[in-house]
Amino acid sequence: MQGCDQLQKKTIYTHIESAKRRTLLLMFLFVLLVSAFVEVIALALGLGYEAGIIALMLSGLFVLGSYYASAGLILAMSGAKPIAEADSKELYRTVENLCIGSGLPMPKIYIINDTALNAFATGRDPRHASIAVTRGLLQKLNKLELEGVIAHELSHIGNYDTRLMMVTVVLVGLIALLADVFLRFTWFGAGRRSSNRGRGEGMGGAIILLIALVMAVLAPISAQLIRLAISRRREYLADASGALLTRYPEGLASALEKISRDNEPLEVANKATASLFIANPLKGHESALNNLFSTHPPIEKRVAALRSM
Amino acid sequence: MIAWIILGIVVLLILVVVIFIWATYNSLVRAKIRVSEAWSGIDVQLKRRSSLIPNLVETVKGYATHERTVFENVTRARAALMGATDPKAAAEANNMLTGALKTLFAVAEAYPQLRASENFQELQKELSDTESKIAFARQFYNTNVMEYNTKIKVFPNVILANSMGYKEAAFFEAGEEGRAEVKVSFA
Repeated sequence: MQGCDQLQKKTIYTHIESAKRRTLLLMFLFVLLVSAFVEVIALALGLGYEAGIIALMLSGLFVLGSYYASAGLILAMSGAKPIAEADSKELYRTVENLCIGSGLPMPKIYIINDTALNAFATGRDPRHASIAVTRGLLQKLNKLELEGVIAHELSHIGNYDTRLMMVTVVLVGLIALLADVFLRFTWFGAGRRSSNRGRGEGMGGAIILLIALVMAVLAPISAQLIRLAISRRREYLADASGALLTRYPEGLASALEKISRDNEPLEVANKATASLFIANPLKGHESALNNLFSTHPPIEKRVAALRSM
Repeated sequence: MIAWIILGIVVLLILVVVIFIWATYNSLVRAKIRVSEAWSGIDVQLKRRSSLIPNLVETVKGYATHERTVFENVTRARAALMGATDPKAAAEANNMLTGALKTLFAVAEAYPQLRASENFQELQKELSDTESKIAFARQFYNTNVMEYNTKIKVFPNVILANSMGYKEAAFFEAGEEGRAEVKVSFA
């Protein structure tokens, strides 16, 4: 028995380590992509580094603002009510006990008045975090399944996933912004300018222009794909961290199965906020292409990973 | 020229060693503090459970007046727990108390009026929740102990840890009493 336990725990740890490694790789690729893009654009437009930094700050402010607002917006729109310990003792105690087990401070707890089964967690760090669950989830899941879901959400908070996704969204926004600016610029101005230069200069300028154009078209899509890949990795990581916390991966596995069987889409969610939820609230067709563009891994894969721990 | 290069390399090496010692020392100290903080987390839950016991004993006494040994065992185990000073003693006392409480609840099964009383049911729920909390606090503590013990044993930290006099911390284990089935006889 002792040997079996050791083997199980090793596997949960390797799941966590591998997810962290893959995220790091993706982030690295991402930063590389952004830097290359900014460089090329700056060269092609004849602007200095300052333009890139200003663009980063502006898009950062914009995206941060909308990210902060979106979480609060979901809570407000869905009529999520903050709970007091006396009203929902079981939910409060579940969160409280898992916080003891993980050493995290208690987040604010909300209940969303919807019969769909879903939950989300948000917060820039564990001290400013919130968790929300739907009424449907509370009614249909048993104690162990609820524990699995809450452990998953707390893991998102503990792994600073919201902060990570904020940074990636900012970077994606920057790339999209730069691509947009550049394409407009070339369309209206730069094309004319380079034709006024001498032959030799024109050739060099044209090649950079071409590279920049190609990147301007491809980069935003690649950036989105990388962002979504990072989001999926973090979902696996939250599953594994949650399993490590409860020492009972079957709880979350069976909860995910129940959630996937429930066909009702969550009314309050849309494409922008989908990534905050535990299961993709926008029910759609399962296809390879759809999976690339999804913020969450397919539920069967998540359940299989959990059951292999 | 060569002299400068050699000097530079020596300075660099010294710098690397100093930074390593600095970072490792801090990391070991932090790990140790986390262990003691996690321990105080368990302590809080154990005290919480201890504070529920007198009320529970009184409630059960109200209905099951003749089960003196059971009450004595529980009270004794509780006193042992409150007097425990280190994790090992506390773990043992805690397991004793868990065993004694199991017997108490098994005995309570024979008194339907007691089982039906709201006070008793409320206390049962509180105790059950506290047991959960102790289990999670113990899990958190053991995780921190594992990290600390690993840190002081891996190479090259082990050299520094030994000179700092850092010893392994004890895990908070579940004892045999906690695992054994309770035998009840209604003689």
